[in-house]
Amino acid sequence: MLSISDYSVAYGQSEVIHNMNLDIKENEIVAILGRNGMGKTTLMKSLMGMIPSKSGSVKLEDTEIADKKSHERVSEGVAFVPQGRMIFSSMTVKENIETGLTTVKDQKIPEDLYEMFPVLEEMKARKGGNLSGGQQQQLAIARALASQPKMLLLDEPTEGIQPSIIKEMAQTLKKIRDERNLSIVVSEQVLSFALDIADRILVIEKGVIVKEELRESVDQEQIAAYLAV
Amino acid sequence: MFSDYSSTELISIFAMQGFAGLILFSVFVLMALGLAIIFGQMGVINMAHGEFMILGAYVTFLISNLFADFMPAIFSIYFFIAMIVAFFVCGAVGAFVEWSIIRHLYRRPLDTLLATWGLSLILQQLYRTVFGAREVGVTIPDWMMGSIPLTDIIEIPLNGVFVMCLTLIITLAVYFLMFKSRFGGQVRAVVQNRPMAGAVGINTEKVDRITFALGCGIAGIAGSAFTMIGSTGPTSGQLYIVDTFLVVVFGGAASLLGTIASAFTISQAQSTMEFFLSGSMSKVLTLLTVVIILMIRPQGLFALKLRK
Repeated sequence: MLSISDYSVAYGQSEVIHNMNLDIKENEIVAILGRNGMGKTTLMKSLMGMIPSKSGSVKLEDTEIADKKSHERVSEGVAFVPQGRMIFSSMTVKENIETGLTTVKDQKIPEDLYEMFPVLEEMKARKGGNLSGGQQQQLAIARALASQPKMLLLDEPTEGIQPSIIKEMAQTLKKIRDERNLSIVVSEQVLSFALDIADRILVIEKGVIVKEELRESVDQEQIAAYLAV
Repeated sequence: MFSDYSSTELISIFAMQGFAGLILFSVFVLMALGLAIIFGQMGVINMAHGEFMILGAYVTFLISNLFADFMPAIFSIYFFIAMIVAFFVCGAVGAFVEWSIIRHLYRRPLDTLLATWGLSLILQQLYRTVFGAREVGVTIPDWMMGSIPLTDIIEIPLNGVFVMCLTLIITLAVYFLMFKSRFGGQVRAVVQNRPMAGAVGINTEKVDRITFALGCGIAGIAGSAFTMIGSTGPTSGQLYIVDTFLVVVFGGAASLLGTIASAFTISQAQSTMEFFLSGSMSKVLTLLTVVIILMIRPQGLFALKLRK
């Protein structure tokens, strides 16, 4: 589905992601774990075209997207839920979701989005900025799904969200994957969430993937050791 | 200063100056709309906005001559045609300027300020070369001349009422475009968070270009309205740019209602005071008041209330 090869990202002279190779299969959920400052957000943002990459290739199915602009990647089928949600706070919930419809023919918000997140339908006339953190997270996911992606990127979706909602979110994301046949890459610091959701777990350290395990064979303590400071 | 007049005279003076101020108000609103859209969208302070207005005025002048020379029978409707042409000419020039200059200077507010100021000088000289240094005026069609007598002393100028209605329609159109249409949603998304807007699939460069063209186009319409109240010269736009900035800042950026309210306050204050004081004194008083109010409310008259 998504294949990243020899991929490097740098801010000026300082390289943050080094020659990364990674393949995401169809319908797969991959969690990328790592401590702060290890390159998770940089990787996510550069996959979305918000930070230019230095070298290497990113292929979505057979299309090379490494040199495309953000909005072109969205029309190819990549969608992004950024760290801190980044919803458009002075726009209503409905308008927020509608921004996600830019690249698709649909002019109306599909019903199944509201079915998945009923709270958004209730609040659709409210300003996005006046929603709670958990509701904003749902809004950010709904906005991303509106563009009918094949590949959904989530950057630390559990940040600042209470444990019971984190559990619920894992369920929702799996349901989204099953219903919509998409692949999901999620960057995380919370191990339990990653274990809940992922088919495969990667550990990133200083811009390099240092460990890769399938969910079934994962050794929790070993992974936890990577996350410990 | 009021003691020289009787109370009926005073009321009439206020009413008359108020109606006269309405045309100024219309020009301010149209100018400020364009400026605020462009500034809000791209953070570009367009110093050449006054020149875009004058371009619209010259277009109106040309069209009126064209009608007078070739189609005198339908001269009375030239203004509508001129307005539409002014909108598209200014919009096209705006799009070209965005493509050739502005887009290379985003996120560099000082550079865009200088570049657009340079552009305004270039445009002024261009107008001088093409149209001459002397100011030109249009012939106002008969149906717009004259006034409606309200009482013995108070008269409402017809062209003022017309320009007001026009401004109202355009303001409503801009409101619907910005707050009710899909394109408006994209514009506001880009204003709030440009990288994120790109990441949800909005082509931010295209939105920028259309927005800049739209702002310039509205300035062109302001220019058409301007021909009703003043004669057009190469540097006429300069006189309006500072006042327009004042309107935008005072109203609170990104608030349509604020822009209208502040344009109304400033134009009415100036127009009324100009009758009793000298023009520069009334300007000083207006500026002082605005400065004091901005010290108390730095965000302008109207600001959005949100969880930040």
